[in-house]
Amino acid sequence: MAWFKKERKPRSSERVKLEIPADAWEKCDECGHIDIKERFVQALSVCPKCGHHRRISAQEYIDVLVDEGSWHELDVKLRSADPLAFESYKDRVQVAYKKAGELDAVRTGYARLHGQPVNLAVMDFAFMGGSMGSVVGEKVARLAQRSAEKGIPLMIVSASGGARMQEGALSLMQMAKTSVVIAELARKGIPFISILTNPTTGGVSASYAMQGDVIIAEPGAVVGFAGPRVIKQTIGQDLPEGFQTAEFLVEHGMVDMVVPRGELRDTTAQLLRHMAGRRPVEAAD
Amino acid sequence: MPTYSLDFERPLLEIERQIEELKKLGGDHGDELAALERQLAALRADVYKTLTPMQRVQVARHPKRPYTLDYLRTVFTDFVELHGDRLFRDDPALVAGWARLDGQTVMVIGHQKGRDTKENLRRNFAMAHPEGYRKALRLMQLAEKFHAPVITLVDTPGAYPGLGAEERGQAEAIARNLLAMASLRTPIITAVIGEGGSGGALAIGVADRVVMFENSVYSVISPEGCAAILWKDAGQKERAAEALKLTATDLLDLGVIDEIISEPPGGAHSDPDAAAQALGESLRRHLRQLARVRIEKLLKRREEKYLSMGAFIEK
Repeated sequence: MAWFKKERKPRSSERVKLEIPADAWEKCDECGHIDIKERFVQALSVCPKCGHHRRISAQEYIDVLVDEGSWHELDVKLRSADPLAFESYKDRVQVAYKKAGELDAVRTGYARLHGQPVNLAVMDFAFMGGSMGSVVGEKVARLAQRSAEKGIPLMIVSASGGARMQEGALSLMQMAKTSVVIAELARKGIPFISILTNPTTGGVSASYAMQGDVIIAEPGAVVGFAGPRVIKQTIGQDLPEGFQTAEFLVEHGMVDMVVPRGELRDTTAQLLRHMAGRRPVEAAD
Repeated sequence: MPTYSLDFERPLLEIERQIEELKKLGGDHGDELAALERQLAALRADVYKTLTPMQRVQVARHPKRPYTLDYLRTVFTDFVELHGDRLFRDDPALVAGWARLDGQTVMVIGHQKGRDTKENLRRNFAMAHPEGYRKALRLMQLAEKFHAPVITLVDTPGAYPGLGAEERGQAEAIARNLLAMASLRTPIITAVIGEGGSGGALAIGVADRVVMFENSVYSVISPEGCAAILWKDAGQKERAAEALKLTATDLLDLGVIDEIISEPPGGAHSDPDAAAQALGESLRRHLRQLARVRIEKLLKRREEKYLSMGAFIEK
C-alpha cells in the first residue's frame, strides 16, 4: 500500500486554450530559441538570445540604414537581357522576380544618413543568390559614378554568391566595370563604405565588396573568395570551426570591424563624418 | 610519337603511325609519304576547324600547350625573373619579371603551369594564392614607376580555393588588383594563352587590349563547375561549355576581348614556334599603337571600355 497517494488532477484542456495565433511566434534557426515574433522584428531579425543575424531583404536594410522618408530609388527599370541565350535563364529570372519582388539582385538609390547625403546600394540574396550579372554591375557602376560626380559617399551592402553563370564572361567583366568607377572614387577622395552580410563570396567579394575604404561585416556573416563547399571539396577535409566568418576575417585583418545590425546606422554615420574631410565640391542633393 | 592525345585527335594519330611505319621500312616511299603527309595536314586542319567548345577547352588545357615561360623564351628576350610579394612568400604559380619586346623593356606577368606532376605540384597547377596576385601588383607598380608597359599572359584554371588562400585574403588580393589596374598609369596588354579561369584570370586581366588565342577559353566558371551547380552533374560539361560562350569567337562577339590570334592548324602545341610568332606580332602591334596614346587618354579609354561591358534592358 502506498504511503501517500498522488492526487491526480484531471487534465483540463483549458490550460492551453490561450488564444495565441501560431504566427505570433518565431524560432531562431541557429539556437532554436522561441520568442514572440515582435521581439525578433524589433531586434531587426536578430535572435534576442544568441544574436544570430537572420537574412533580411534589401528593403529592410534600406529601412535600417537611412533617415526615414529620405530614400529615392534609382534605375528601377533595369533588367536582364539574357545576352548568351543561356538555357532556362529567362525562367530562372522570372522565378527570382516572383520570389524577391525585384527585377534583379540589387537596389540602388540616394538618401540621407543622420542628415548626411549618401548613395546606397543593397544587394538582395533572394534574387538568384544575389548573383552579379550585367544589371547588378551597371546599377552599382551608375551609383558609384553618381558619387564621383556629386561628391557623395557611397555605401554598398553586399549579399552574393558571386558572378552570375548565366551571363558568362559578361558577369566576370562586371567586376572590372565596377572597379574602374570605384578607382575613380579613390582618386577623388570620396568615401566608400562596404558592408558585408551573409554570405558575400566569389566575384562580388573579389571586387567592390573588398574595395571599401572601410569594410564592415555583420556578425556571423560568411565572407570569402571560394564558398565553404568548394574549399572543402578542394582540400578534402572539413573546415575549421568559424572559418570565413566575420569574426575570423577581423582576426585575420581582412575587415575593419564586426558591427551588429542594430548599430550599423550609427556606426556608418559616424564613419562618414570622420571621412567627410573637406570636399572640393559641396554635396548637394 | 606523341605521348598524349585528345580523343578527337585519334584519327590524326592513326595517320602519324602509318607515316612512322613507312619511314621505318626504309626504301623509296617518297610519293606515299608525301600523300600521307598531305592527308594528315588536311585532316588536322579539318578537325581543328570544327572543334566544339568543350574540345577547345581540352586544347586550352593541353599539357603540351606553350606556357608563359615558353613564350618568355620565344617571344621576348632578356627576361629577368623577379620574385615575391614582400609580404609572405614567392608564389611559383605566377611568374613575372622584366623582359624586352620590340626593342623596349616591358614587365611580363603570367600564370605558369607545370610540365610534369612534380612541377605542377610546385606551381599549384597555375592556381595562384593571394601572394601571387600581390607579387603581380607589386611588379605592375614597378613597371608604372619606370614607364614600362605591362604584358600579362593568362593561363589558369582559377584562383586557388584553399585554407591559406582564404586566410590571407584571396578576395581582397584580386579586388585590389582590379582597382590598381583600372588606374595604372602605363599601357596594359593581356593575352589569354590557355585557360582564362574566372577571377583568377581577371586579377591580371584588366587591360587596354585583351587578345586571345583561337583555342584558348575565358569563362566565369569551368564547364565542369557550371554543370555541377546547374544540373548537379559534372558530366554535362559539353552542355555547359556550349552555354557559357567561352570561346574566343564568342568573347569577341560579346565585346569582352579585342582580337583573336590565329593558331597553327592543330593548335599551338602542334607548332609552338608558329604560335609564338603570331603572339609576338600581335603584342608588338598593340604595343606600338598604345605607345602613341597619351596616358590620360589611355586611362579614359580603359575606363570607358569596361563601363560599356554588359547587356541589359531598360524600359
